[in-house]
Amino acid sequence: MQLSSGGIWLDKTRIDTLPPEKRGFGMVFQNYALFPHMTVAKNIGFGLKMRGVSGSQLTPRVAHALKLVQLTGQEHKLPAQLSGGQQQRVAIARAIVIEPPLILMDEPLSNLDAKLRLETRSEIRRIHRELGRSTIYVTHDQDEALALADRIVVMREGVVQQIAPPPEVYAQPANLHVARFMGYRNVLHLDVESEVDDRVTLTASDIRLTGVRKQPLLGKRAAVALRPDEIALGEGPDGVNTITGRVANVEYGGRDSLVDIVTAAGTVLHVRSAAPLVLDESVRVHIRPERVLVYPDEALTPAREVA
Amino acid sequence: MTAATHGNTRDALNDAKRINAASQRAARVGLDPALWLVVPAAAFMLLLFIYPFLYGLALSFAPKEGDWLANYTHFFTTDNLWPTIATTLKLAIPATLINVGVALPIAFKMRTKTRYQRWLTTILVIPITLGTVLIAEGMLIYLGPKGWLSQFLQYFHLYDAPIRLTHNYWGVLLSLIVSGFPFAFLLILSYITGIDPVLARAASTLGADSRAQFRHIYLPLLAPGLAMCFCLSFVQAFSVFPSAVLLGSPAGPTRVISIAAYEAAFEVYDYSLASAIAMIMGFVQLIIVAGVLGLRGVFYRGPVTGGKG
Repeated sequence: MQLSSGGIWLDKTRIDTLPPEKRGFGMVFQNYALFPHMTVAKNIGFGLKMRGVSGSQLTPRVAHALKLVQLTGQEHKLPAQLSGGQQQRVAIARAIVIEPPLILMDEPLSNLDAKLRLETRSEIRRIHRELGRSTIYVTHDQDEALALADRIVVMREGVVQQIAPPPEVYAQPANLHVARFMGYRNVLHLDVESEVDDRVTLTASDIRLTGVRKQPLLGKRAAVALRPDEIALGEGPDGVNTITGRVANVEYGGRDSLVDIVTAAGTVLHVRSAAPLVLDESVRVHIRPERVLVYPDEALTPAREVA
Repeated sequence: MTAATHGNTRDALNDAKRINAASQRAARVGLDPALWLVVPAAAFMLLLFIYPFLYGLALSFAPKEGDWLANYTHFFTTDNLWPTIATTLKLAIPATLINVGVALPIAFKMRTKTRYQRWLTTILVIPITLGTVLIAEGMLIYLGPKGWLSQFLQYFHLYDAPIRLTHNYWGVLLSLIVSGFPFAFLLILSYITGIDPVLARAASTLGADSRAQFRHIYLPLLAPGLAMCFCLSFVQAFSVFPSAVLLGSPAGPTRVISIAAYEAAFEVYDYSLASAIAMIMGFVQLIIVAGVLGLRGVFYRGPVTGGKG
């Protein structure tokens, strides 16, 4: 693929103009891409063989990589004889055994089922910690991003939206798109009543919220983003940021339930509640003003205009 | 009336039960009613392939004169019969090797879908649809002593010596390549495109250039397909007849085994000898095919994708 402008550099080498075999980074593919006709050991040793590493040096390095991904003893099996999680670990071993300066992982967990995905995720975290190599990990799953990353780059339509450590992306999304991606399921469009420093008060017919401005506002309308788990039951201190509504749906989730609360004007709020709520019950909920994030209305913020 | 209806219903119920029980019994012994669908195909094979084959086999052991092996001894002791095996192999093996050997690198180059692939595929399908006789006729006109090629080369003084590409070995070999190459190419192309291209990408990130990708990824995964392609191409080339007559010299260097069989059947009217020759022809093909397919066991024969998805 041709770049429209600019270049890609790995340390002091420009790599976007090089053919793939000269770029020298390790890559882990979504569908593993193991060579089906080679044993596990041959798969892992392939990159070394291509670099002219001979038998006596090759064997211990393959053995070390096998140990790192905890597959010692499986080296003579063919990929088809392994489970999905094991296959992906072989793929990881194959990518890291050449000791590349950079490892790319392209959604490596998306072909695994939920339980295996969690286990392999911990494995990847451990391998990364033991290896200490720069890794670029592509994912659509925000839990994976938060769990694995030291730094998250949120992209939208090919444009960087935010670059920050996980806690910052989680708590202070740079814009509405990042907020949506990070689990701010409630996005309400309200009228701006007043703006004092970065404190903004917004209203609708039966909602009045005070929150923190995260981006300069444009016009009299604005969007607020609220996390379901940061909305609490009961009235706020001095009645601030309190919303009254009726329970319209309850999804039981064990430790807590996901509850839909509908206000008199028909606005739906998704709320996580540990307390048992009954359908059609009338409830009051509130949220702390510093957890009400205010963004300009999204119709006015295209992907390419970023903070 | 009511009772009658009831009676009918009961009969119907019993019938249903009986049929049900029967089909369950059939299922227990492993018979699926859908299995009957195989009957027309089986009958077709039996009547048009197995019966004629067995008839020919029996006929070949019932010669006009002599003991039951007389046809076979005649074949292997007659100077214009037994060398036809070598003559045919001399045509069929080089033609097959050239077809498979040239088709493989070209198909490898064409493995990614491009505009050229469609054009080339279309151009290559044409000789398959034309049939060998038409190709032979065309080649006679084009490659003959007064043909376009000869006239072109001589007009521009590129090659002044007389060009002999028809009525000899080379004419038949060329026609086997023209008609056999597209077949080998399309078959190999379908095998290559069946190999997950992500495997090659993975190999390239591990430092394999396209030569190494071909050697270490494509070739081992293609080996069983290549063996199959070789066999099919070989069988096709070994049974060469029309082009050996039209483009070759059927009395001399291209007197292939099918010509010998044809002569025995329709010039000497010795069906028994003709059957024996056909049996020998089949046997030689069988040996080569069995040998090549036996080699296949050496290679990897599993799935050609690298994981899920």
